Amino acid sequence: MFRSHVLVCAGTGCVSSGCNAVADAVKEQLKKNGLEKEVGVTLTGCFGLCALGPIIVIYPEGSFYSEVKESDVAEIVSEHLLKGRVVERLLYHETVSDEGVKSLNDTGFYKKQLRVALRNCGVINPEEIDEYIAVDGYQALGQVVTEMKPEEVIKVIIDSGLRGRGGGGFPTGRKWDLARRLVPDAKQKYVCCNADEGDPGAFMDRSVLEGDPHALVEAMAIAGYAVGADRGFVYVRAEYPIAVKRLQIAIEQARDYGLLGKNIFDSGFNFDLEIRLGAGAFVCGEETALMASIEGERGEPRPRPPFPAEKGLWGMPTVLNNVETYANIPQIILRGAEWFSSMGTENSKGTKVFALGGKIKNTGLVEVPMGTTLREVVFEIGGGIPGGKKFKAAQTGGPSGGCIPVEHLDIEIDYDNLIKIGSMMGSGGLIVMDEDNCMVDIAKFFLEFTVDESCGKCVPCRVGTKRLYEMLDNITKGKGSPSDIDEMEKLCHYIKDNSLCGLGQTAPNPVLSNLNFFRQEFIEHVTEKKCSAKICKELLQYVIIPEKCIGCTLCARVCPTNAIEGKLKEKHVINQEKCIKCGACVDKCKPGAIVQI
Amino acid sequence: MKSLAELKAIKEKMKGQVDMRAENEGNIRVVVGMATCGIAAGARPVLQKMAALVNEKNLTGVTVTQTGCIGLCRYEPIVEVHEPGKEKVTYINMDENKAAEVVEKHLAGGNPITEYTINESDLVK
Repeated sequence: MFRSHVLVCAGTGCVSSGCNAVADAVKEQLKKNGLEKEVGVTLTGCFGLCALGPIIVIYPEGSFYSEVKESDVAEIVSEHLLKGRVVERLLYHETVSDEGVKSLNDTGFYKKQLRVALRNCGVINPEEIDEYIAVDGYQALGQVVTEMKPEEVIKVIIDSGLRGRGGGGFPTGRKWDLARRLVPDAKQKYVCCNADEGDPGAFMDRSVLEGDPHALVEAMAIAGYAVGADRGFVYVRAEYPIAVKRLQIAIEQARDYGLLGKNIFDSGFNFDLEIRLGAGAFVCGEETALMASIEGERGEPRPRPPFPAEKGLWGMPTVLNNVETYANIPQIILRGAEWFSSMGTENSKGTKVFALGGKIKNTGLVEVPMGTTLREVVFEIGGGIPGGKKFKAAQTGGPSGGCIPVEHLDIEIDYDNLIKIGSMMGSGGLIVMDEDNCMVDIAKFFLEFTVDESCGKCVPCRVGTKRLYEMLDNITKGKGSPSDIDEMEKLCHYIKDNSLCGLGQTAPNPVLSNLNFFRQEFIEHVTEKKCSAKICKELLQYVIIPEKCIGCTLCARVCPTNAIEGKLKEKHVINQEKCIKCGACVDKCKPGAIVQI
Repeated sequence: MKSLAELKAIKEKMKGQVDMRAENEGNIRVVVGMATCGIAAGARPVLQKMAALVNEKNLTGVTVTQTGCIGLCRYEPIVEVHEPGKEKVTYINMDENKAAEVVEKHLAGGNPITEYTINESDLVK
């Protein structure tokens, strides 16, 4: 038994900042100090503070060390683990105060969080089934198959109010109920998990897979029992190698324990799981395209209805939920529908995981009760905007979502409120923008993504998004006219109304939402040919302030297009026709005479 | 695995390992002085013994941890027992046997062993 535990975060964020080398160093130093039998080292899933990796947490003290370098490890081991002196210098700065070391749960980042789906991330070793069992793992499955009828399971899920966390927000229990009853004589049914997380900047599902893969295995088996399915598929993108590896290990361990396979818990219930790797096409996150891909077909959507609950994989009734939705299931079974529905708002129960990114201090993963305000998420948990810049908007729902501007900062985040203001919950990406972001450029960024990812099956999406992108591109290049804005709006509605699947139907949302809240910026781009955020390069001008120019010729010499004219010790001038706006002259100018306007 | 009982057995076995990974504010905290003075006087075996026994006896609600120099170097090894709502108990000149006795009588039994604790006369001398 260990008297102390060193938990090293091994989520993708920390792996890329070098946690493996740190973990190895910890083991080596423990050996050197003869502590390897007293102190255990565990690699865990994500703690959430990805911006501060590599992260080490030492229990029982609960000391949270952030941005740990390999060279710091010797000091941590000899001081903290051998002599019991916490190395304050290396602690997460938020936990150090004048009154001593604070608990992690008292820091701004963690105080308002409530971890349900992520409850085991950063606590257990995801590659060790016994640790999952130690925190009540597989108990829900055991209870369900030995003590409950499938209808009772579905009733608990319906009563809990859980809604799909992948974007649409369809009530999970109702989905299960349909899959159970719609085709009474179905020969085969399937349970499917959508782990094809494709929104730029979103990594909620990846973290669950990496930090708590057994929760998904257990939940899918429960779903299988509830709807009457004995086979399951997890569709996960090959771009998530760590997640795939840990999920594979979890499935094998569960099989070894008989928690997957035949006659689970001696109840007569059979269930097994397979992983299907996706190549990373965004459209495969759409349920019908995803199922086509699992079947080995080209990943293209088909019209609905029939919905998967009626005709899914290989034409059989299929239940399809997203990773985070599943991660809530075992807890709901163990703690009851009432416990779950006590969290959240009227129509959105429970918690939601968000991946915070963009212009925010605490980039990372957070889980908050539904109904938490955007202000709390951005300024209290996220730590606000770096560099003292002003908040401009937050983007939720990725390429299918929209922006929440500053006047809606106090919006309580839930499914309905976000829809009301033209955004959507999406899977949980939350990208923060400050005054330096140009909203036309942001809309263009998301459109570029959807143009790329449109599968091409239907014309409104394939051609429509391309035309929309071109219009936006023209506007950012100063070639737009005021009538373009109205044309764009018309085209947006056309694409929304006529596209085949969710990808096309939601692709114009970023444009519509930005037009709604930041129309003035679009107008400024087309009438004054000006970009206030100074992002749209071709609308910018570099000029030399004559009073400040000392005629040193440095700028003229560095200009790659010889656009700067002027003799030594005379005032210089930039020829706007030749200037390519590279900004090289600005860096060279010592008196700071060159400015962007 | 064929029953919930088997699942429970694994859970019990693993409990000690996972329970430590949470903030346990209501716990009894046993703190062993492990500065250079403490280590020189033999604090390591005391710490090891106590941690091992607490696990062995499955004393949930007890955290064994270490600290730096308490400032009474000549009485090392020193062990402090902090129980919420009670006054701190300080044991001095500890060794493995005394440590085992403290786990047995104080941590498990609830009765501090006064003959090993520090008192006024130790400090005056």
